[in-house]
Amino acid sequence: MATLTLNDTHITAQTDHADHGHHKETFLTKYIFSQDHKMIAKQFLITGIFMGVVAMTLSILFRIQLAYPDESFPLLEMLLGKFAPEGRLDPNFYLSLVTIHGTIMVFFVLTAGLSGTFSNLLIPLQLGARDMASPFMNMLSYWFFAVASAIMLATFFIETGPASSGWTIYPPLSALPKAMPGSGLGMTMWLISMVLFVASSLMGGINYVSTVLNMRTKGMDLWKMPLTIWAFFLTAIVGILSFPVLVAAVVLLIFDRSFGTSFYLSDIYIAGQALPNEGGSPVLWQHLFWFLGHPEVYIVLMPALGITSEVITTNSRKPIFGYHAMVYSLIGITVLSFIVWGHHMFVTGMNPFLGGVFMITTLIIAVPSAVKTFNYLATLWRGNIKFTPAMLFAIGLVSFFISGGLTGIFLGNAALDINLHDTYFVVAHFHLVMGSAAIFGMLSGIYHWFPKMFGKMMDAKLGYLHFWLTFISAYLVFFPMHFMGLDGVPRRYYAFTEFESMNEWLSVNKFITWSAILGAVAQVAFLYNFVYSIFFGKKSVQNPWDSTTLEWTTPVEHLHGNWPGEIPTVYRWPYDYSKPGSEVDFISQITPLSETMNSNLPHDFEGNEESERIQMDWEKQNNKETVK
Amino acid sequence: MKISKYINIKSIFAFVAVIGLFVNNLFAQATTVAATAVVDPEKNAYIPKMVTYYLLLFLLVCIVIALIGKILSVYDLTKKVQGAKQGFSWDKFNGILFLLFLVVGLYGTYWSYTIQGAQILPESASEHGVKIDEMFNVTLIITTIVFVITHILLFVFTYKYSYSSKKKAYFLPHNNTLEKYWTVIPAIVLTILVLMGFFTWRDITNISQDGIKNAIHIEVTAHQFAWEARYGGKDNVNGRKNYKLIGGLGGLNSLGVDLADKNNYDDLTVSEIVLPVNKPVRFTLGSKDVLHSFYMPHFRVQMNCVPGMATYFQFTPRLTTADMRDKVNDPNFNYFLLCAKICGGSHFNMKFAVRVVSQKEYDKWLLVQKPLVNTAMIKAYQENLANNETNSATNKIALNN
Repeated sequence: MATLTLNDTHITAQTDHADHGHHKETFLTKYIFSQDHKMIAKQFLITGIFMGVVAMTLSILFRIQLAYPDESFPLLEMLLGKFAPEGRLDPNFYLSLVTIHGTIMVFFVLTAGLSGTFSNLLIPLQLGARDMASPFMNMLSYWFFAVASAIMLATFFIETGPASSGWTIYPPLSALPKAMPGSGLGMTMWLISMVLFVASSLMGGINYVSTVLNMRTKGMDLWKMPLTIWAFFLTAIVGILSFPVLVAAVVLLIFDRSFGTSFYLSDIYIAGQALPNEGGSPVLWQHLFWFLGHPEVYIVLMPALGITSEVITTNSRKPIFGYHAMVYSLIGITVLSFIVWGHHMFVTGMNPFLGGVFMITTLIIAVPSAVKTFNYLATLWRGNIKFTPAMLFAIGLVSFFISGGLTGIFLGNAALDINLHDTYFVVAHFHLVMGSAAIFGMLSGIYHWFPKMFGKMMDAKLGYLHFWLTFISAYLVFFPMHFMGLDGVPRRYYAFTEFESMNEWLSVNKFITWSAILGAVAQVAFLYNFVYSIFFGKKSVQNPWDSTTLEWTTPVEHLHGNWPGEIPTVYRWPYDYSKPGSEVDFISQITPLSETMNSNLPHDFEGNEESERIQMDWEKQNNKETVK
Repeated sequence: MKISKYINIKSIFAFVAVIGLFVNNLFAQATTVAATAVVDPEKNAYIPKMVTYYLLLFLLVCIVIALIGKILSVYDLTKKVQGAKQGFSWDKFNGILFLLFLVVGLYGTYWSYTIQGAQILPESASEHGVKIDEMFNVTLIITTIVFVITHILLFVFTYKYSYSSKKKAYFLPHNNTLEKYWTVIPAIVLTILVLMGFFTWRDITNISQDGIKNAIHIEVTAHQFAWEARYGGKDNVNGRKNYKLIGGLGGLNSLGVDLADKNNYDDLTVSEIVLPVNKPVRFTLGSKDVLHSFYMPHFRVQMNCVPGMATYFQFTPRLTTADMRDKVNDPNFNYFLLCAKICGGSHFNMKFAVRVVSQKEYDKWLLVQKPLVNTAMIKAYQENLANNETNSATNKIALNN
């Protein structure tokens, strides 16, 4: 296991950053165009939460339509005008809602909101760096994201409405304004927004990777990094390698839409007219899109898994089980995530032989995922579990990860996918495994690092209420959807009224909608808690969760440069909880082994003979049996 | 003393928040009234009232929750004042809730499997579908076992090992034997599933040349928002077509068939898909405009319709509509074809009738189907040809291209 250990990368050049604190800060440089990673993290978080609330509201709107397809809600007409004539959603607007809900949730909330927040906050803090490698680029990353968000939301205020061809915007539907109103200006803005978003993501990602590789404090070799950092690091790599492909695809689509090229278009007769485009292939888009799209699933999920690892181990008061296995499974997921994209395309006309190949790679990726699950369970086993709200959400994530992961075994199987593709089974699957799981990881992170971000504590009891309502309603919403999918009910249907066989699901749809409303209302508890605690919350102590990692050694009051004096040196791995022989139940990473002679274990020395000899001498002197 | 002061400050905050929300409410009411006036003052007059009513209701719920929270914290504090080591044990409480969630959740899963599981598709109406269903069942059994076991472990652990200041967690950083077990066992199980899936998939998608030749050839073309189907006719070949010819021949050529190809003349146009039972049928799929998906759930058949590229799906129906009506005990049951790929505003409404009948009924039905190329089309085509001969050669190319 020592093969990957890099002991020679201790960069100490950043120590002289400490005098940054003397800069005169104006409101503008402190809160708006801030270059401080902690402030940028908060900006990402608050924008992410805002976008999340928007996307959730959209989902409630289309859920109402699904539950009551024949009823009229004059309130909707009042709010949405011509998008809901006679109080009923317009079918095209329904598709817009679905599309923008997906886009915002996947990209703006679970990519930028999650990675942007926690990578920015934790990478410098947990690695012992003064700031990111490039604070300016970090600031740009946020502002590109903010502009992208604004453009995306602005599409609701244009005549033809937002993009509406699904979040995967498959051409030709997305390429032809004649095919649906949403493929007009709304789609153009969607594409522009996504280009800016990807630029933001790349700037963020490059920053994360370079910070992790170059700016670790003394003693922090790769195998001493917390799993959060491993997850953020690998996520950033996945993002850097896959997002440019999306940009390429998007640019080609822009060409097709605006400049008459035929990358994705061929043999189309629409609105009484044969188009001149020939020779393109809609399947090309799908390849390019899913080459990002599938790794994107892991971009969303891996940070959540990293956060969960940290939260579970801290609150179980136990080291994470199989630290190395956890890292290797993350690496495995990272590599495999690039060769499984075709499982989204089994029935799209892709060569069936490829379907077989992608099925094999897809089911292989289930192995590292299974390893992670079992390691979580083993970490909980014989722990001493403190149920902070963060811990509850982390456990919720594990549950969703299992439930949603298992249904992935069905969908990854090309033969089974024939009948499940584009049905509600898929909706149920990905909402559990990447939707709910990732959002639970994000919420877990918010509850856990809120004291670090704002110096205040969130109210735990409201957190419990928030967790239980959300956890239960998420299962109530998504579990029944599996069965709808097994009945062959396709997704993105405006109403189930046209097929007699789907009528039996109307009552289930009502139930799902009300569960979703319950879940949405439960978020009020969170929002209230979040805002209230920022201003009036109980003041946090320096290390509220008795955690070992570096971020809790910084003072509660933020300062530019993070540590007032020298950056602490790291001596041990981040998971020394409840170590036998130790009087306290956690040993911080900055505690040298020489101060914990009672509890040192042979593997702590990593084969350093000198240290082993000193330990043995000490044990002889103290008449202690060798732990070997 | 101290406690009462503490509670007072908090309740002031709560009070201010309530007032704030109430004022907010009034404003909301005022703005909604204004908005209504613009739309239609009579029709929607009740809306602001309704909205206010629900907001107040929500507020009431919030107050009740806040009260419960307050009571709990008072209880907690009094306990502390009385000298108890800890007040209400939230760790214990959440642990119990997890256990409760496990029990209720497992029952709910069982309920879903039996009640909602009974509403899923009936047994497969196609031969390959039977294999798919078998594999589905195997996968379902395996995943359900894993699902139940892991959830029992997860929630029993969280219950059993909930925090106690007396306990100490067990320091267990790793165990390579265990790690190996839970890497290798899932890997083996998945390998089995992969192999099963792989061979089934190959069986479905890899049809021999003979198999293709022996199947009934039907072509289905999707467009916004309907399906057009044509049978190969006597020669069992669907004639050539060209999207640039669509709408030609006086608007009669809806598929864009090329009348220069003789194979087109015996093709039949149909208003429903009728299939003989136990006879392989091969669908050639296409689309005129955007992506659609040819999805017949009862047959476990799905394939996208791609403009500019033909896709195929071959299968053999094994149950006639009448058989299926008996099986599902519903005299009104019918097979159908629907669109499963988002294709525009009426995506949800692209139904096409499908019927499986005996060979005899099929032959009879086939006799009364109309040819795709009718006399009016042929006449228009011949007129075009005649015009072309008189016109220049460039025009000819433009027309036939």
